Amino acid sequence: MSTHTMQATTTADDFIVREDHHPENGTLLGFWLYLMSDCLIFAVLFAVFAVLGGNYAAGPAPKDLFELELVAVNTAMLLFSSITYGFAMLEMQRNRIRPTLLWLGVTGLFGLAFLGIELYEFHHLIHIGAGPQRSAFLSAFFTLVGTHGLHVTFGIIWLVTLMVQVGRHGLNTANRRRLNCLSLFWHFLDVIWIGVFTFVYLMGVLR
Amino acid sequence: MSSANPYLDAHGQDTRNVHGHDDGHGDHDGAAHGSFKGYVTGFVLSVILTAIPFWLVMDEVLPSKQATVAIILAFALVQVFVHMVYFLHMNTKSEGGWNMLALIFTLVLVLITFSGSLWVMYHMNENMMPLSIHEAKNLP
Amino acid sequence: MTAMQERSTLMQSLFGRLSWDSIPYHEPIIVWTFVGTIVLGMAVLGWITKQRAWGMLWRDWFCSIDHKKIGVMYIVLGLIMLLRGFADAVMMRAQQAMAFGDAMGYLPPHHYDQIFTAHGVIMIFFVAMPFVTGLMNYVVPLQIGARDVAFPFLNNFSFWMTAAGAALVMTSLFIGEFAMTGWLSYPPLSGIDYSPGVGVDYYIWALQIAGVGTLLSGVNLLVTIVKMRAPGMTLMKMPVFAWTSLCTNVLIVAAFPILTAVLALLSLDRYVGTNFFTNDFGGNAMMYVNLIWIWGHPEVYILILPLFGVFSEIVSTFSGKRLFGYSSMVYATVCITILSYIVWLHHFFTMGSGASVNSFFGITTMIISIPTGAKMFNWLFTMYRGKIRFDLPMLWTMGFMLTFVGGGMTGVLLAVPPADFVLHNSLFLIAHFHHVIIGGVVFGTFAGINFWFPKVAGFKLDEFWGKVSFWCWIVGFYLAFMPLYVLGLMGVTRRMSHFSDPDLRIWFLIAAVGAFFVGLGILAFIVQLVVSIRRRHELRDESGDPWNGRTLEWSTSSPPPAYNFAFTPRVHALDAWWDMKTRGYRRPQSDFVPVHIPKNTAAGIVLAGLSVVCGFGLIWHIWWLAAAAFIALVGGAIYHSFNYDRDYHIPADEVSRVEQARTQQLAALQG
Repeated sequence: MSTHTMQATTTADDFIVREDHHPENGTLLGFWLYLMSDCLIFAVLFAVFAVLGGNYAAGPAPKDLFELELVAVNTAMLLFSSITYGFAMLEMQRNRIRPTLLWLGVTGLFGLAFLGIELYEFHHLIHIGAGPQRSAFLSAFFTLVGTHGLHVTFGIIWLVTLMVQVGRHGLNTANRRRLNCLSLFWHFLDVIWIGVFTFVYLMGVLR
Repeated sequence: MSSANPYLDAHGQDTRNVHGHDDGHGDHDGAAHGSFKGYVTGFVLSVILTAIPFWLVMDEVLPSKQATVAIILAFALVQVFVHMVYFLHMNTKSEGGWNMLALIFTLVLVLITFSGSLWVMYHMNENMMPLSIHEAKNLP
Repeated sequence: MTAMQERSTLMQSLFGRLSWDSIPYHEPIIVWTFVGTIVLGMAVLGWITKQRAWGMLWRDWFCSIDHKKIGVMYIVLGLIMLLRGFADAVMMRAQQAMAFGDAMGYLPPHHYDQIFTAHGVIMIFFVAMPFVTGLMNYVVPLQIGARDVAFPFLNNFSFWMTAAGAALVMTSLFIGEFAMTGWLSYPPLSGIDYSPGVGVDYYIWALQIAGVGTLLSGVNLLVTIVKMRAPGMTLMKMPVFAWTSLCTNVLIVAAFPILTAVLALLSLDRYVGTNFFTNDFGGNAMMYVNLIWIWGHPEVYILILPLFGVFSEIVSTFSGKRLFGYSSMVYATVCITILSYIVWLHHFFTMGSGASVNSFFGITTMIISIPTGAKMFNWLFTMYRGKIRFDLPMLWTMGFMLTFVGGGMTGVLLAVPPADFVLHNSLFLIAHFHHVIIGGVVFGTFAGINFWFPKVAGFKLDEFWGKVSFWCWIVGFYLAFMPLYVLGLMGVTRRMSHFSDPDLRIWFLIAAVGAFFVGLGILAFIVQLVVSIRRRHELRDESGDPWNGRTLEWSTSSPPPAYNFAFTPRVHALDAWWDMKTRGYRRPQSDFVPVHIPKNTAAGIVLAGLSVVCGFGLIWHIWWLAAAAFIALVGGAIYHSFNYDRDYHIPADEVSRVEQARTQQLAALQG
């Protein structure tokens, strides 16, 4: 190492940051990356449905099973829950705790309604002998739709947890960040559902 | 964290442009915010983009199945885009562009996984699967 | 089966499939292994107790959220599992050297099949992965001038989830059995009809639990590199190891979900009776093979890319030169990252996708060797006209360069579909991937360990035993695997526990001798560690920069303080520390500020422990246990989220004291 310096005026401060350096918080980026990985899980399930979705094994086909009215209602539930979550976020930006909680609660109820309808549909299908064991098509169908439903379930558990936390600690920085993450999660699930109703239900009936 | 949002007008609406504003101010997380108008626009568009495909399929509006499939797929793509913009507040600036980069990379991989699997499996079935009853019936 | 039926329903619901018959006490090899493990384990536990080290171990290590300690724990996990994986390898080599003609060897097929499966799974998931994750965890934050990773708690949790997966694999040795399917568990063999036992379930849940850890650690390091680089360190001023780590973690985040999904589908087939990969009801086993290789091919780049980074750092440090072609190195790495997603089918050319598909994937596979070749030339040109110092890290790097090129060339040979039809599933393939994985990942890990050990411990590793280890590995590797190329070309297939043609035997004997030498290499490495610890005062490095390094990790003391940098560095050039040294950087002496760092927590190890219990319950169909553990897991995670008070400040006085001690240490060194 050469001891003579190129610039005589080089000081320690050229190479360090004196003030306390805080890197930007990475939670939202990290959560977004997690969602991207989740997206690939769904990509696999969609691919499996695309490859195996025509293998009815002499069993029922989508046309025999799917009730599009029910799916439409279900889609509406999820869409409503999306906009009510949006309202919750707007209230959060205005720093109003009670309206935020109210809209979160409404969102949760729409989510529960969605799950209820989905469970009814699953129960009905299994009841008429079109369970996930019946054919590769039904295996792929139950798994894809069920995985989405599972995500919604965890979303609701998370939502309730966050409602308690907001109620207890108010809209502090950590809670705002968490609400933002859940917002991404919730709207992401809605995007996946677009794929599900189009690719599985609508195109299934057209097959 | 400021207690009142300085960007709200008298009606409680966010006066900022949904897409264009700088995320660095007023929020430590750099999260993009929506506005009432943005959410409602997104919602209305989504309702339209959902209702039309359901109508097309349920009422069997078009004679051609292929055309219906093409149209509902196109609607789905547009709706995904609408959700991305109005609900997920995607733009090229949030998180220094890394969000968008991650999204584009993921979409490429989704495309590779999905279409690659279909391509590979289609050829495998074509070459390796025994004749189906349907094909056997139609043998010359 | 009758024993199972006779058991009362109460026992069934309490213990699921678990019974006394599940303990393989009738197999002497396993019993002796068990006894050996218990004796050794008790000795270690006793020693820790005698040293009264439990409290220290728990507080300062197990609960630590310091990326440096977690990195070290990953490497230790990798080393322990290396011993297990290597024991499996030796058993296979011994069996294949013996079992010819009338001699059946000492391992029955069902045991042999478990061993080769366990060997593959352990070496990839619980040796190679912890090694690369450990190196990235330790080095990356230091190299980019950060105080920790982006999510320190998640880092601890990720480590324990990986360890939890390893624990499940180890449990399978003594309770029940492991999969007998090969390391990727292709159905229908791994389906419930052909593998009704617990082996495949151990496989699935070990990988799923460890996979959670891998994914989270990928997200964590990715955000760390994106968000926490020191001011001035633009992407193109980032050290190459940080770059390859970035790409590796992109691959992890974008590939492991596919493994998670496909294993979930396999478990649905096994547990629920769905028909994804079955032979009946429209299932298609080929789809599993297709999907698992969409993960599997990026996985091999996940393993090798970080070590390309390690070699780059070492070559430029020990040649005393800037890395030749830095930007081409970066672009090559990014190219490999993307190309690694469009080559997966070369793992199953023979399954019958036909000419068009096979030629596409054959060509992409050949293309991916171009950026790799570019890297090799970059290293060579870096060495060209450099003042090369042949210290241990450089020795391993030379070993890698010579070995890896050979392995790469047999890979290109396998990329030619018609050639692959001859060589598929043969020992040629086994020789090829050991050639690149040992030559690349293992040699790279040893290079990295020898390179960064002084940073971690404050003293260098012993040179003599390091050289013994290196030469044993090199000789052992070539003796063990070159014969397998020959055998593969003669058409000998993999995973056989018995051969009838006695002419083949000589090659297996040579390979067994090779394995023996590799064993000596591992032993010499352990001796190297022990000798170095005993000679630590002679080997002490107080400068913190024993190799005249170039990147920021060498600017800290060895070992670095808990907060890494008292002041965040400001970066002006690639090779930031070299820049600081040449421009006469002087350490700041005063005005220290308090440093904000997160608190240690036991949440990670507790949650991972619950995952092991949950996995165990699922494997043995003990539903109440699995359900209870799962609820506790979710509840525990929620409970942890209620803790908002997760950080504390190291007071300025404390920082000042540590930094002044360091200043005096450096002054004493110069005076």
